Amino acid sequence: MQKIQIIIIFINSILLFYIARLIIKGKLREEYAIAWIVCTILLMFFSFWRNGLEVLAKIFGIFEAPNLVFISFIFIILIYLLHLSIVNTKLQKDITKLTQEIALMKQKVRNNESNDAA
Amino acid sequence: MPIKVLIIIPCFNEEKSIALLLEELLKINFSNKYRVEIVVVNDGSQDKTVEVVSQFNITILDLPVNIGIGGAVQTGLKYAFENDFEIAIQVDGDGQHPPMEILKMLKAQEENPSNLIIGSRFISKEGFQSSLLRRLGIFYLHWLNKILTQKKFYDITSGFRLFDKKAISLAARFYPDEYPEPESLVIFAKAGFSISETPVLMKPRQGGQSSIRYFSQVYYIIKVSLAMFFSYIRKVN
Repeated sequence: MQKIQIIIIFINSILLFYIARLIIKGKLREEYAIAWIVCTILLMFFSFWRNGLEVLAKIFGIFEAPNLVFISFIFIILIYLLHLSIVNTKLQKDITKLTQEIALMKQKVRNNESNDAA
Repeated sequence: MPIKVLIIIPCFNEEKSIALLLEELLKINFSNKYRVEIVVVNDGSQDKTVEVVSQFNITILDLPVNIGIGGAVQTGLKYAFENDFEIAIQVDGDGQHPPMEILKMLKAQEENPSNLIIGSRFISKEGFQSSLLRRLGIFYLHWLNKILTQKKFYDITSGFRLFDKKAISLAARFYPDEYPEPESLVIFAKAGFSISETPVLMKPRQGGQSSIRYFSQVYYIIKVSLAMFFSYIRKVN
């Protein structure tokens, strides 16, 4: 095993541990954690099996193995970003709806209070 | 003093089945020991669920946005907690849980008081049993649950549940908002609660769609496994 592999495995373990901590503390929802855990597992897998990259590159017909890493990671990151944007849009819509609902309810409560006072 | 019982019905787009369920529910004669109140929690339905329910004289908690079945049930449990109910029973709004079976749950609680009682469709193998793939998933979750909680439950995905006062107060604070059933069992077991099962009959859903379909069945298994595992590690207090 080479130095770089050990370093990567070490960093990976810390990342995995940190993700687990975030979930336990309730700061990360499990559905988002799935993507992160899958990524760390993939990294872990290829840091143990270094030749795996070359083998995969050959299968896909890519000359330089690192290019496979770049291509696939850019693709995954783009998809994940899109997913986050969708989630974000939904959150914004929900917050707008909630805020409006509260404003309307406040008005009703105030109306009731002034009726009671009168 | 009669025991205050709250029946919580979470609803998401159940305009087709909810009226029948409420009619059946209102016809039931509960013994004088109980004072039963029904609350429908509308989880941001886009159809006429609220209008249908408004025709009955029933409390509605109308959530303005969809927060998931667990969040909806928790809203009902919070209502139970704030209004000092001793027992809360969750009955799904799609008609899978025949209202008459509520009497069985209450009787089970009387005979053998537990913090949580699960209405199980698998103990007596009668009535609706769900599809093969689903039962396979349930079997896996059953096994995972046995490892994590050291307890054997048969129908761990059943949403037909009775909560006592202690369970209400815990679930009012900790209850997962998505796919809550298996995960909440781990939470309850960790809190040292007594959990028991009682056989009930279930029907196939009367209308609407399951919240778990197609690809999401795979996602469901992964997500629930993760959630159960982390609930097991997490401290509950």
